[in-house]
Amino acid sequence: MNQFLKNRFFDQIAVMFGREAKKPVAISPVAQQFHTMKRATNKERLAAMIREHHATGKKVHTWRNRRWAVLILANLLFTVSFWLDIQVLEGALTASRFIGFHLIDLNSALQVMLAHKHIIVNLVIGTGTVLVLWLLLGGRTFCSWVCPYHLLAEWAENIHLWLVKQKLVTDQPMDRRLRTGSWLVFAALALATGYTVFEAISPTGIVSRALIYGPGLALLWVLALLFFEVFFSRRAWCRYACPIGLTYGVVGIFSPVRVKYSLAECFHEGDCRKVCLVPHVLDTVIKGRAVDVEVPLGPDCTRCGLCVDTCPTGSLKFEVKGLSKLM
Amino acid sequence: MSEQRDPAEELPAPAPASASSPAAPGAKPPPSRERLQQARRKWLRTILLTGGVTGAALSGFLPLVYARTKRLRPPGALDEKDFLASCIKCGQCVQVCPVQAIKLADLVDGFGVGTPYIDAREQACDFSCDAVQCILACPTGSLVYKKPSFLGTRKGARLAAAPILKAKEKDAEPTLNLAERIGVARLTRPESCLAVKGQGFKGQTRGASFKGRLRYMEVDRWKPIKVADHPYDIPECDLCVRECPVKGAISIETVFAPDGSKRKSPVIHEPCVGCGVCEMVCPVEPTCIVVEAREVWNT
Repeated sequence: MNQFLKNRFFDQIAVMFGREAKKPVAISPVAQQFHTMKRATNKERLAAMIREHHATGKKVHTWRNRRWAVLILANLLFTVSFWLDIQVLEGALTASRFIGFHLIDLNSALQVMLAHKHIIVNLVIGTGTVLVLWLLLGGRTFCSWVCPYHLLAEWAENIHLWLVKQKLVTDQPMDRRLRTGSWLVFAALALATGYTVFEAISPTGIVSRALIYGPGLALLWVLALLFFEVFFSRRAWCRYACPIGLTYGVVGIFSPVRVKYSLAECFHEGDCRKVCLVPHVLDTVIKGRAVDVEVPLGPDCTRCGLCVDTCPTGSLKFEVKGLSKLM
Repeated sequence: MSEQRDPAEELPAPAPASASSPAAPGAKPPPSRERLQQARRKWLRTILLTGGVTGAALSGFLPLVYARTKRLRPPGALDEKDFLASCIKCGQCVQVCPVQAIKLADLVDGFGVGTPYIDAREQACDFSCDAVQCILACPTGSLVYKKPSFLGTRKGARLAAAPILKAKEKDAEPTLNLAERIGVARLTRPESCLAVKGQGFKGQTRGASFKGRLRYMEVDRWKPIKVADHPYDIPECDLCVRECPVKGAISIETVFAPDGSKRKSPVIHEPCVGCGVCEMVCPVEPTCIVVEAREVWNT
């Protein structure tokens, strides 16, 4: 990792905690050359090139479909394990056992540890397993590939975007530092009250349990959240409130699985930023912002692949760090 | 919750600060009035969302502080406060229970969304798993065979001896791995009790539509069957004693009634663990005998 990418690496960690993404201070000479060259490109020629690209390509949903399939299958596995008593994946998303191995959600484990102030061996094993799993698979991969609320919120987001297009609602953005704040508040509440306060309103836990043990009134809270996201603020819970996302985001800092941006082919149309849950990780695609020719996206990226699907030039691709060296 | 935030959007924004503070020479031009207003509104929304989320979370927590609805927790549960602190709400205890005695609490129940409880009248824990599987399944130690030493034990909660399971009486190891009781049974309506009245019982206790299940050793040790599929015909009702899974926890004794006359009555003894089978099988509506959750043995 060169100095430019190293700067961006730390910068993106601060951005994950809520700082606004800023223009880079230093850009590598090669990347700078690209930026200069692109600035010099004839506008009409560029427009023609973009048109040509879009004429051939149609909407791709490869990664979204794969992701939805994984998400639905994972949650279905919980449900059928209980209903058909096949005992493959017992429990719910907060804690479970996969063919006997303990798996415990990192945020739930943290809440319990803070509230109970006593840690038993099974809790350590389960938490450790999940930590290693998501360290390898990409941290917030949990959000977009497993969390059942994410899928509901994606559908709600589509309704929201349609309403925005009809000029019936406008998105009301919030300050992203709120998520860091809510992480701290819920950690403090667990410690002070001795009760896992967050679990009472965690839509992840509520939806997961509803899918396995049957629906309950707690789903009304989830509906209220979705309602808020449809009519007021796009993806508000995932973007501005959910501490689970931040916990997994921190895990994702060192994850080898990520989306990589290549500067060379990019037309800087910005379609990727429009579909992204966390557009601040994609600030690098803005004209003149990329610090290097190849820039991996920051830890707040949920690895959902919507940008990969959307990009008409293939400038955004999934990458497993070090895999190319091994093969 | 979300609707409440909307009116706040209409609040008049205070005069922008840029009007009063002159821009320093060489600095960026001050942001426009519109931008400042946008930023201020964004802040306001953010604060309101914070309030909304925290408020919702606390509304889930406060009932636990005040209401203290007493509910029967699964066997081996820590004392309520420790239980609420440690339960991760995964429902693994629900999944392993062979008679599905354990249910998860909902939003309005007021004792912790997603925490497990037992409604003994609907389906009691009959220990037909023999090993208290729910304790084995618990990943966080909310349900324990043996409490960690730093957690205190309420007086009378600890069982004098490991309870002997009637079903396992002939086994090499007849006891149940359980150190504390989860409640104590109490005859709350002796005046309606069939045993007290000296009446017998014939037919399906709890009726034909009752879904509760129980292990009947004479039917199948490993497969609990519906209580409705096991009709009774007994000259003097002793269902609570007959079906109690724990040895020596309850018996029919001759006692003195308040008026001084002698009569028969179910009497609960120290080995009672509070499983609730007596409550489930009692044929009288409403039940004459109930398990008082978290009650201790005090004599």
